[in-house]
Amino acid sequence: MNRRVTPWPLVGPATLMFFGLVVVPLTLTVILSFHGYNHTTGIENRFTLTHYQAILSDSYFLGIFWRTLRIAALTTVICAAIGVPEAYVLARMRDPWRSVFLLVIIGPLLVSVVVRAFGWSMLLGSTGLVNQAFMAVGLPTTRLLYTETAIVIALVHVMLPFMVIPVWTSLQKLDPAVEAAALTLGASPFTTLRRIVLPQVTMGMLSGSLIVFGLSASAFAIPGLLGGRRLKMAATLVYDEYMHELNWPLGATIAILVLVANLVIMLAYNHAVEARMRRTMG
Amino acid sequence: MAFLALRSLSKVFGDFAAVRDVDLGVEKGEFVSLLGPSGCGKTTTLQMIAGLAEPTAGTILLDGRDITNEKPNKRGLGIVFQSYALFPHMSVAENVAFGLEMRGVNRAEREARVKAMLQLVRLSEMAERYPRQLSGGQRQRVAIARALVIAPPVLLLDEPLSNLDAKLREEMQFELSRIQRSTGTTTIMVTHDQSEALSISDRVVVMEAGRMTQIDAPFHLYENPANAFISSFVGKMNRLEGQMRGGAAVIAGITLPCAPAGLSEGTAATFTIRPEKIALCAAGQGLIDGTITSRFFLGNTWLMQVETLAGSLAVSLPNQGEEPPRPGSPVALDWPASALRVEEGG
Ligand SMILES: Nc1ncnc2c1ncn2[C@@H]1O[C@H](COP(=O)(O)OP(=O)(O)OP(=O)(O)O)[C@@H](O)[C@H]1O
Ligand SMILES: [Mg+2]
Repeated sequence: MNRRVTPWPLVGPATLMFFGLVVVPLTLTVILSFHGYNHTTGIENRFTLTHYQAILSDSYFLGIFWRTLRIAALTTVICAAIGVPEAYVLARMRDPWRSVFLLVIIGPLLVSVVVRAFGWSMLLGSTGLVNQAFMAVGLPTTRLLYTETAIVIALVHVMLPFMVIPVWTSLQKLDPAVEAAALTLGASPFTTLRRIVLPQVTMGMLSGSLIVFGLSASAFAIPGLLGGRRLKMAATLVYDEYMHELNWPLGATIAILVLVANLVIMLAYNHAVEARMRRTMG
Repeated sequence: MAFLALRSLSKVFGDFAAVRDVDLGVEKGEFVSLLGPSGCGKTTTLQMIAGLAEPTAGTILLDGRDITNEKPNKRGLGIVFQSYALFPHMSVAENVAFGLEMRGVNRAEREARVKAMLQLVRLSEMAERYPRQLSGGQRQRVAIARALVIAPPVLLLDEPLSNLDAKLREEMQFELSRIQRSTGTTTIMVTHDQSEALSISDRVVVMEAGRMTQIDAPFHLYENPANAFISSFVGKMNRLEGQMRGGAAVIAGITLPCAPAGLSEGTAATFTIRPEKIALCAAGQGLIDGTITSRFFLGNTWLMQVETLAGSLAVSLPNQGEEPPRPGSPVALDWPASALRVEEGG
């Protein structure tokens, strides 16, 4: 086959899929967000910016956006704090333990998010295992379910593999002699970890953080099931606008705003970290 | 007493002894090479000295102090790893400064010492570069500078030149011994390249299957290999089976002059002779006649294979600007009696 022609059939399926499943629906959503809406007549075929104005000036919506951002950021930070040491320990393990624990870490991915969310709601409920344990040691029962804490706990559980795997991959590329070199130069094991190992896995942490943040900010099932009706996040809000209020243009506007905010945050973060990395690691 | 001493040092992996009962004393300021084939335990020995591998048995003494169980970050030895193991996220200057920083040396002194060290390894212009922006030889010099700047009592080098091309390697050998002499650092270098070991060391330690079988100055080692393995591992060697009769070697019925040996009449022995000690002359004018079967041009020398009644002998001739006879030509071989020797330990 002609060398110039070959790439097209190869990228064809992916392009088609991207176009059909991402570009077209996204464009339709953008168009929809500029449509008018009337409670009695439904969607009106006229161009308007009222939805954008309404959302950006309404503290109810802004509060939900802010909560979404806060929960996603907190989940990302906790995932990094747990996932990076976990990946390090995993990288230091030998077979067969490594394979066993790798399976344990990616295990949650094999269970449906809905099932896991229900599992957490059983654990965190007012008579759940966690509160029973609190009572057993004499602590007062705490309301956990339908709080931000519950959402963060469950999100961390779901997102951890997305942090561990990229960090673990970048740890695999590390030359063990580099750590040994730091030790022989007088660095303590902890200093070696902080000054030598961590800076070299920044790239893995960056990609892990982006995945975790993006997925958390758009999480639907977990805030839906563990946040309850009151504690909404962006995705559950969009769902409600579409399915309960039937105000599709408003739902579309929220979706677009969340997408834009997400993109801006992730690109800025990526840019900041990558610029620093390129200078040193190449 | 030796500055660095290994006493009956052993390392066993499972049921495999990588290093067996090794004894070695290294004097202050000495340059010692560990030479041996792949898998003989050189790296393992070095790692035990550095504290990166725990000995199964034996002790390591540094300046009379037992350091066998001391952590690597407390030993303060300088190590250059085979892969250089530079910190990829730090500049050359930061790499070199790391050890001083860990020792709590203040910034001003640190900068001065790093500068002086980079000057010594001739990398002053590269101070702000990152390892990935350096050539192999430059990286290696950074690794050496990083190990030397902490003024270690002992410098350990694990095949430091094995990744370099022949020319750079020779330059670096020269550089390494220049730096070692100017700092006077006690140095142990692992290598499997015999010419490298011979050219820059004060003494060479030959290792075979976890044991140290000969420890000698390079010239003495080359001239008096302790056993058959060493004689063929260090340089090339012709080996001929025969007997000792009347102070001469009798090989395949041919009597040839040889160096005196304390062997009784008629004892079977293996005789050895280095290819470069044999001279080629016109047929009938040497000690033994033969026919050239092959010849290889190596630039500075010609390596010939000559078939004689006593067996096939390798002969190495310096290239003096004239082509030697072609394969098939009849020739004769000559050597001084002292060149043909009875093999030790054979
Ligand atoms: N961690 C280990 N577990 C089991 N066997 C090992 C281990 N490390 C080394 N060995 C074995 O010990 C022997 C000596 O290894 P070592 O690395 O010291 O060899 P070496 O002399 O440095 O060889 P080379 O020239 O190839 O680097 C080898 O046979 C090797 O297979
Ligand atoms: Mg080795």
